[in-house]
Amino acid sequence: MTTKDIVLDHVSIRFGSYTAVDNAHLTIRGGEFFSFLGPSGCGKTTLLRCVSGFSEPTEGRVLIGGSDMKGVGPNKRPTALIFQNLALFPLMSVADNIAFPLEVRGISKKQRRKRADELLDMIALPGVGDKKVHELSGGQRQRVAIARALAVEPDILLLDEPLSALDLKLRHHMRTELRAIQQRVGLTFIYITHDQGEALTMSDRVAVMNSGVIEQIGDPESIYNRPKTSFVASFVGETNAIEGKVVLQAGEIVTLETPVGHLQGKAAGGRRYKNGDPCYLFIRPEQLEVKSGLEAPNTIAASVVKEEFEGSARILFLKANGIDMRITRVNRGASDALANGQALVCAFDPDHATVLPHGPLAGA
Amino acid sequence: MNKGTGGGAIAAGYSLLFFAFLFGPLIIMVITAFNSSSFPRITPWECFTTEWFDELFGNERLMAGLVNSVIIGVGVVAISVPVGLAGALALSEVGPKVRAALYTVLITPILIPGVVLGISTIVFWGGLGRSVGADYGSIFFDGMFLTLAGQVTFIAAYAMLVFLARLQRFDPTLTEAALDLGATPGQAFRKILLPFLSPAIGSAAFLTLLASFENYNTTVFTILSGNTFTTTLASKVRHGTDPSLSALAVIIIAVTLIGAMVHEAHTRRAEVMRTGQAARSKVYGNPVLSVLAHPVMVLVLLVAMGGGLAYKASQHDARACKQQILDDKRALQEKLLEEQRERIRAQKAATPAPAAPSSGPAPSSFGGAFNPGSLAPGSAPAPAAPATPKTPSGFGGAFAPGSLKPN
Ligand SMILES: Nc1ncnc2c1ncn2[C@@H]1O[C@H](COP(=O)(O)OP(=O)(O)O)[C@@H](O)[C@H]1O
Ligand SMILES: [Mg+2]
Repeated sequence: MTTKDIVLDHVSIRFGSYTAVDNAHLTIRGGEFFSFLGPSGCGKTTLLRCVSGFSEPTEGRVLIGGSDMKGVGPNKRPTALIFQNLALFPLMSVADNIAFPLEVRGISKKQRRKRADELLDMIALPGVGDKKVHELSGGQRQRVAIARALAVEPDILLLDEPLSALDLKLRHHMRTELRAIQQRVGLTFIYITHDQGEALTMSDRVAVMNSGVIEQIGDPESIYNRPKTSFVASFVGETNAIEGKVVLQAGEIVTLETPVGHLQGKAAGGRRYKNGDPCYLFIRPEQLEVKSGLEAPNTIAASVVKEEFEGSARILFLKANGIDMRITRVNRGASDALANGQALVCAFDPDHATVLPHGPLAGA
Repeated sequence: MNKGTGGGAIAAGYSLLFFAFLFGPLIIMVITAFNSSSFPRITPWECFTTEWFDELFGNERLMAGLVNSVIIGVGVVAISVPVGLAGALALSEVGPKVRAALYTVLITPILIPGVVLGISTIVFWGGLGRSVGADYGSIFFDGMFLTLAGQVTFIAAYAMLVFLARLQRFDPTLTEAALDLGATPGQAFRKILLPFLSPAIGSAAFLTLLASFENYNTTVFTILSGNTFTTTLASKVRHGTDPSLSALAVIIIAVTLIGAMVHEAHTRRAEVMRTGQAARSKVYGNPVLSVLAHPVMVLVLLVAMGGGLAYKASQHDARACKQQILDDKRALQEKLLEEQRERIRAQKAATPAPAAPSSGPAPSSFGGAFNPGSLAPGSAPAPAAPATPKTPSGFGGAFAPGSLKPN
């Protein structure tokens, strides 16, 4: 499968003085489901258009299957892009849409129709070939766009936030479906999204981007459990961020002085800190436990602001010395609701808290 | 109608006036085309006739102009539509700053008076011709070519505006998708953009053809010694009008009406087909009515109807009626002449010798009846007064000098 590897070799893309993608350097393996995850405007689409051939990198190279793609137009690359708005051809029937890549390659009408029908079977939409695109539902159009992209068996499928226009339920359904299609056809998928849920559930590996910079690449678990920057820690999933200064490091365990007392966490990536370094301590809401009364090391005294009931879980909003925090508690049926304003103490295991150098937070 | 506002009657009256204002002249024009009176008018109604159509088609200068207009029109469409399309595509490709500048340049010919365009076209091509040593028989001094060149300069900009409006609704990612799926830029243009633009190509072709056909300001200069339909018409109107122009109006109105009805049939059908309600529709669900309502069928039917009417009317012979009218006129003249003689005789009897010179013109065969002054009330020969009450009624100005001439 190495022939389908995609290498971004120190790729930077600039518009005038504005750097949309800054020194992206990574290898996507053939057959991999690879996601770029980042907030809107961070340069994901720009990077994808560069891979598909609609723009050239200002610096660096894009290699597909080992060959430099410089000067190779989008119609000559072994990639197929699924546009954010799908870009189905409104004047053509569904079958003509799917067969378009075959039509421009001069394949006979009969063969085109046969292939279109095969692909319609594959996406579980048999018999809609003669309909017009606008007669299909959102999810059906989604699948037609995928079938069209797969018609000439590209090596790499590029998807630009393909689910963002769908409603929540369909979005969840299509996640499973996309992953299933990818495993069935065995292609490389490069998937772009600002939705961390999508990235984590579908991908083999995820690259988290912030303002043009790729901050971390890894499998979903390591991205979620072992973030390497404060941005990744705060963008992927819910977290509590507590600012502080290093007072002690003993092996991997770092002690911070914070507005809510001395707290301990793990230094991500075995990093060494000097005393006084500004840092963040990140604790996931599900790692915090409510311990009424007891004062112990690694505990935070807080008061209840409100509690939200979400069915499977309760989300407890707290205030600790001016810092907003939240705790997720699995709903076990018992009515353990807490009164607003009630004082409590929450505790956590230092192994499940991450200490990272001070840096930008997502949405801040 | 909203009776609550009390505007029902006023609104209805206003609408009536409005439509009378819009269509009154057209209706009158149509009627005058069939009146044998040599001046376009409704009253007095003389005879129903189709001879003005014969007269129209028999006008060689006008027909030659029509041929010229058609040739120029086809040429203008053939050049303006691609040029306008190219301009619109260029505008949609370039950056915003260049676009603003380019747009101004491309749109300027529309803003420049046609007269100026006409003159500058002659000057430019003439200058070019002389500089390459071409003689006066060459293309640089050919009215048809100059008109084509002059008209294209601004009509192409009309076409461009039509395409720009359509292009604004085009989603450029469709072209990108086509490229991404393996189409060459040429294929993407032919298979994606061109089909999207095809309604605009139709509109642009129609608009440019009309603009070319009806253009006067520029053409009157660039056509040089030649003539087009429009310039011929203009000079004809200047030299006095006759009902053959009404006949032309009838033809134009008929063509427009047929075109409008066919277009309406087409849009209704397209709308029903698009929303997929054909099966439920009363007209389009019925196999016979559906065929009848097809735009091509509508066109065939209307043209057949028009053709039938025209054939029937062309068989109509107005000679007998016109002879009758002529005889009536003669009789009336005789009568008036007789009355005049009576008066003169009576005058002579009353005042002997001195009065005789005052009725000097009388010796002409038509007596004083054709002297316009003699009909004016209160004019010189007082005894003529009894004749005056007759004139406003009946035949009006039928006796004005020259009005009989074209018959
Ligand atoms: N053609 C362009 N010219 C100038 N700036 C651009 C262009 N395309 C994108 N940008 C800028 O680059 C940044 C990244 O855009 P994009 O890649 O579309 O982000 P996203 O991650 O939401 O897909 C944005 O700030 C955008 O304004
Ligand atoms: Mg985007």
